[in-house]
Amino acid sequence: MTQPTTGVHRSYGAEPAPYDHPSPTTAHEGARSAPPNSPSPAATSTAGVKRARSAPYLFLLPAAVLFALFFALPIGYAIWLSFHKIEVKGLGLGKGARSEVWAGLENYTAALGDSELGASALRIAGYGMIVVPVMLGLALLFALLLDSERVRARSFSRLAIFLPYAVPGVIAALMWGFLYLPDVSPFFYLLDAFGLPQPDLMDGGPLYLAMSNIAVWGGTGFNMIVIYTSLRSLPAEVFEAARLDGCSQLQIALRIKIPMVAPSLVLTFFFSVIATLQVFNEPTTLRPLTNGIPTTWSPLMKVYNDAFTGGNIHAASATAVVLALATFLLSFGLLKASNRRTKQGATR
Amino acid sequence: MSGLASPPQVRKAAPAAGTTPGASQGPPPTRRVALLPTAALVLGALYCLLPIAWVLVASTKSGADLFSTFTFLPGDGFGDNLADLSAYRDGIYWRWMANSVFYAGLGAVLSTVVSALAGYALAVYRFRGREAFFDTILTGVLMPPVILAIPQYLLMAEAGMTDTYLSVLLPLILSPYGVYLGRIYAEAAIPMELVEAGRMDGAGELRIFLRIAVPMMSPGLVTIFLFQFVAIWNNFLLPFIMLGDDERFPMTVGLFTLLKQGAGQPALYTLVITGALLAIVPLIALFFVIQRFWSLDLLSGAVKS
Repeated sequence: MTQPTTGVHRSYGAEPAPYDHPSPTTAHEGARSAPPNSPSPAATSTAGVKRARSAPYLFLLPAAVLFALFFALPIGYAIWLSFHKIEVKGLGLGKGARSEVWAGLENYTAALGDSELGASALRIAGYGMIVVPVMLGLALLFALLLDSERVRARSFSRLAIFLPYAVPGVIAALMWGFLYLPDVSPFFYLLDAFGLPQPDLMDGGPLYLAMSNIAVWGGTGFNMIVIYTSLRSLPAEVFEAARLDGCSQLQIALRIKIPMVAPSLVLTFFFSVIATLQVFNEPTTLRPLTNGIPTTWSPLMKVYNDAFTGGNIHAASATAVVLALATFLLSFGLLKASNRRTKQGATR
Repeated sequence: MSGLASPPQVRKAAPAAGTTPGASQGPPPTRRVALLPTAALVLGALYCLLPIAWVLVASTKSGADLFSTFTFLPGDGFGDNLADLSAYRDGIYWRWMANSVFYAGLGAVLSTVVSALAGYALAVYRFRGREAFFDTILTGVLMPPVILAIPQYLLMAEAGMTDTYLSVLLPLILSPYGVYLGRIYAEAAIPMELVEAGRMDGAGELRIFLRIAVPMMSPGLVTIFLFQFVAIWNNFLLPFIMLGDDERFPMTVGLFTLLKQGAGQPALYTLVITGALLAIVPLIALFFVIQRFWSLDLLSGAVKS
């Protein structure tokens, strides 16, 4: 168990450090080698100016090194891979028979034309159209209920609804998976008792509902807390005034509270869409319980499958880059749209 | 449960009813219980508890009872299930549990340190490249884990480090959301005058950070620790890709492989179910304990109400 800790040091040490004095006692001496910096309002006191120059860079060093090693480098490598392919010479035997050569946009055209990727994109589009509105709708409803003084059992409910956040996606999928199995499930027991037909929840259309339910169950609590926190930070006088003017609780919620927490709704929407694009754990976990889920159900499963089952890391990298670009475009689109809306709201 | 959960609510109710004169004379209708909304909220709570209640009951059943008796009828086989699970492949389940505690515990501590240092620097100093650095780190949030995990795996393979504890631990230390929270907490909690006063007294920058900033940031640091602990504990993809030897599996990957085998032999179902229950108990217990002196609201970056 001591091995990992030493390894951490090793990886820090291996990285070329921009400053030679990372140790606490000499931290301020590093100021001399610091790049010239404009005088900052934070360090106007004469004593602090010099050493305050290098200090922030030293504080940021661990984060910068980790970012370089585990974010920037892998991303760069993935992009590099996506433009290359394996070329086999002759019979593919012996040293040098297989070499990595420039592929141009070949992998990308293949990825975009791949019907499996298209199908998986459509699947998560359908899945996302159920998950995002239902989850955020419930999160907003519960947050508003928690914020209402006439509602009871609030602290119990807040904790209970938040609890799934502490349950790993794999285990959530596993528990729900069993609840979807006709042999084990209480729902099917009841359906059976009343002589009602038993749907197959793990195939076709119902599968979308079954899968969405797991995401809604797992994600509502966290989003509820985000919205509830921003509800609680609103000034109470506004509601007091509205109430004196004869507004009902429902009107206050619809006309005042929801518009005022719009920024946190945008934030939760943003994170939910990203999480939807990246869904992997739940469908992967459910697969052993059914034949209804192909190995390429979601785009990330497709990437995983190409890379590790199919062994084509170049094609998988191109698909992964396409997915990342789609995420970026969607995110910036959402941000822009929400900025425009808030600006309109401000000028009105 | 309701007894445990009452303290956080008092905060809002008390000032509204006591200190503000307007609210204390508020119209009586506000005190009446709203039945329908309460029912809706409690229904939501029960929905969230349902699978946990099911797994709790199912773990008490023997393999035969699981398929024959009514789902919510408890059995008396919990002891047997526990013994079977512990005996399965010489107790590998507990190995997975220990691995998860190791990955999540050490990973979250290191992550909190890195986030605190970076967040403090971004909040307190004005320096060239500050916003660029922050924005760059934040784009990490948008990265699909797979686009990172595949090249991370290949690079780890180059370094001969796949299938090691480090291959799962190292990539999860830097958390963009942790750095974001660290900056927000540092900005809210640390008055610049105190930092200046520290400098006047001749304290070094690191000393100011450790002696002044860290204690003031501590509620935020607990939050970053919890957030990262849960994130690493719940992580599946990275260890799934990096690890081959099940001696190093965390709980999530271990249970998944158990389920995969169990698909062929339902006798393993009871092991999977008991394992799932034991895997969620530690985190739920952690939240119950911690919410007595820590507020959930901190998780969304709220610093002051």
